[in-house]
Amino acid sequence: MNMIVTPASPATPNGTTRPQVRIVIVGHVDHGKSTLVGRLLHETGSLPDGKLEMLKAVSARRGMPFEWSFLLDALQTERDQGITIDTTQIRFRTNSRDIVLIDAPGHAEFLRNMITGASQADGAVLIIDALEGVRDQTRRHGYLLHLLGVKQVAIVVNKMDRVDFSAERFKEISDEISAHLQSLGVTPTAVIPISARDGDGVAMRTDRIGWYKGPTVVEALDQLEPARPLEALALRLPVQAIYKFDDRRIVAGRIESGSLIAGDEIVIMPAGKIARIKTVESWPATPIAGRQGAGRSVGITLDRELFIERGDIVAHTGSAPRETRRLRARIFWLHDKPLAKGDQLLVRCGPKESRATVVAIEKAVDPGELSSVENKAIGRNHVGEIDISLSNPIATDPYTENPRTGRLVIEVSGRIAGGGLVLSVDAGQRAEPVDIVPVESALRLDERSARYRHNGAVVWLTGLPASGKSTLAKALERRLFTNGGSPILLDGDTLRAGLNSDLGFSAADRSENIRRLAEVATHLARNGHIAIVAAVSPAREDRATARRIADTAFREIHVATPAGVCEERDPKGHYKKARAGALASFTGIGNDYEAPQAAELVIDTSTRTVAEAVDEIEQMLKTSGVLFDEVVDLAANI
Amino acid sequence: MDHLDQLEAQSIYIFREAFARLKKIALLWSLGKDSNVMIWLARKAFFGRMPFPALHVDTGKKFPEMYRFRDHYGKEWDLDLRVEPCPPIDAVDPTLPPAARSAARKTEGLKMALGKYGFDGLIAGIRRDEEATRAKERVFSPRGLEGNWDVRDQPPEFWDHFNASPPQGAHLRIHPILHWTEADIWAYTKRENIPIIPLYLSQNGKRYRSLGDQDITNPVVSTASTIDEILVELEQTKVPERAGRALDHETEDAFERLRVAGYL
Repeated sequence: MNMIVTPASPATPNGTTRPQVRIVIVGHVDHGKSTLVGRLLHETGSLPDGKLEMLKAVSARRGMPFEWSFLLDALQTERDQGITIDTTQIRFRTNSRDIVLIDAPGHAEFLRNMITGASQADGAVLIIDALEGVRDQTRRHGYLLHLLGVKQVAIVVNKMDRVDFSAERFKEISDEISAHLQSLGVTPTAVIPISARDGDGVAMRTDRIGWYKGPTVVEALDQLEPARPLEALALRLPVQAIYKFDDRRIVAGRIESGSLIAGDEIVIMPAGKIARIKTVESWPATPIAGRQGAGRSVGITLDRELFIERGDIVAHTGSAPRETRRLRARIFWLHDKPLAKGDQLLVRCGPKESRATVVAIEKAVDPGELSSVENKAIGRNHVGEIDISLSNPIATDPYTENPRTGRLVIEVSGRIAGGGLVLSVDAGQRAEPVDIVPVESALRLDERSARYRHNGAVVWLTGLPASGKSTLAKALERRLFTNGGSPILLDGDTLRAGLNSDLGFSAADRSENIRRLAEVATHLARNGHIAIVAAVSPAREDRATARRIADTAFREIHVATPAGVCEERDPKGHYKKARAGALASFTGIGNDYEAPQAAELVIDTSTRTVAEAVDEIEQMLKTSGVLFDEVVDLAANI
Repeated sequence: MDHLDQLEAQSIYIFREAFARLKKIALLWSLGKDSNVMIWLARKAFFGRMPFPALHVDTGKKFPEMYRFRDHYGKEWDLDLRVEPCPPIDAVDPTLPPAARSAARKTEGLKMALGKYGFDGLIAGIRRDEEATRAKERVFSPRGLEGNWDVRDQPPEFWDHFNASPPQGAHLRIHPILHWTEADIWAYTKRENIPIIPLYLSQNGKRYRSLGDQDITNPVVSTASTIDEILVELEQTKVPERAGRALDHETEDAFERLRVAGYL
């Protein structure tokens, strides 16, 4: 139905667009939502010509007295059942606002529809029958408004005519609901006594409610503020897709918060890869200059080719979201089958999806009940706090830091079954340090170094596949052993066969693979061994992580054999397979390899023999204090 | 960001979600103002070219201006245009009132096209403000195996998370401009300079507000001969947009019956 009408007053004097505010009217079934809506439309002059007369005629034909709520009961099924069953959107105007009114059903059966409606609202009107008072669905809706993030809530105490416009009864209800909402952190913007049927308090303060001095419903709606884009927060651009329709590689998504501009240094989470925004693409004109803020759907190109996938989050370096495999959320549950510990789910956080398991359930309650009896499972239309463990790492924020990225939905069998707010990330992922008491070695470091004639170290060989890392690693191992040292070779592929057999080749798994290699190598180095790691480790960020872990023991060697030579060698046949398209995620034929910028040593194996290369490594280990050069040095350590 | 920017950004988000999450989608191009805006938004979403077919389920009864528009802009916009015919009127439920029966014929044509191509998502240009029944719609709206719409069992949809897993053999309707109004469509058409069929503009004191089949669509009295004048007219009118569509007025529930059966 088209309900755009002449405004009660002209558009704002300065000619700007009138603010549009979306509101939802919620509350217990039969407390008078539809009546209030019908009345509001009438009072604001928003009814289409003939609509009222048409409905009055329909009522007469059916032998029923006219009710304001008939206006909304546009569906025959609703009239048959006597309940409004879904969200419907109607527009009208107050003095300074364009109001989009989303009616939401009060019947418990249709809570999913109430949520669908209320999630789109900037503000809400919670309606309470003066005779019945606060009921379970009143409390439930109040709680859900809080969970859905609707902060502007006006309370309307309806059917005041049924309690003789009693100021005492009004105060009783007003106090009860205000206390309930304030316990959830919601302060009502107004509490208004009305009779929707007769019109008191809707647009006029009548004599019958002469004791009431606050705003009317129309005045309260006129004070609501439209939602504002979250430009002041840190940049969050969840990636919807990567498009390669032409020679551009466009990372597309909507900016949920913050802003960006070409030239910004950004980080792709959860992988942590760094790049710079080259252009902001658009159509018909492209590229576009200027800063793009929250709310915009954009496309950006980067200054380098990185592996990015749907669900990643583009952020600014220094203010990136947290990467986690575990989080705690406060959720509402809409599925018939209660949510229990151990349940397998699909979690969506923006465009990112991950399989998940419910690890723990806390505070499962029916928000409609006054006494909060805690349950072990979260029943339909109930709420609770859950810990979930995710099979893929995701990047997210607690909702207190970012209301857009700090929320998630849960799917069961391809259908949305619940949703909620991220309370904290990483909950319980790492055991509390107090629980971990590493057992110290019985040997002192100087006892080991005296025998091996070297200190512990992590020698990290990075480079393209077939650049000669493994060959060099084995030759170095032999040389050190021959000299009485204790070298230990850690090859990327060897660890993948065992310790890292749970990891694949996604960006996140590659990062985890590197982290584990670094942890194992560092443990060996701390015990006096020289851990020789041979791993492509293409991501600069991942190697930076390894260096952080190994700290001063880290020695990075870039095996910088030219790419053409590597592909020609191809001892494992990987390049050939990759060129044939049979090997996904292969580093080498793309530009995925990020060369080190400050390696301790750079070696091109195409211009020297293996022995010469090992000489160079040995020299570097000497000058950097790993190998003891002279017997004098050795003596100094005894 | 102004109001139109917000609407545009939201629609682009929906287009990209549909393209990312469904396997085989098409845009239903009725040649009217709403679906032309949709194509424009799709080209914005995908940086110039719509990467899926434009499906025109043709009753054969559209205005000549509409066919000319289709043939011209189908080429100019580089659309993957698929024109599918409707079955003869005899094949359609004879208990429906005449105009509804004619519209139901289009629904049958759509079902045939669905069967032919196996689309799992159809993008349709309906808006919540058009008609009360459409206000109940979700952005991603599941259809049953028969293409039917179960208004009572719609899944929840919130925070721009959409239910995008239709059962095997069923499909989804995707509504990227559900949140727009008629006035938004015109304001955006003007701002973006999107071509329109001249029938929307007043000639001899009448114009079409909504374009359907020739035999079941009537012009409304209007002197609006430019988009600006249309916008002024919409500010003042209390006449519903679909007033010129015969089928909406035949019985109280004709429209809902059509929608439950899979009509747009």
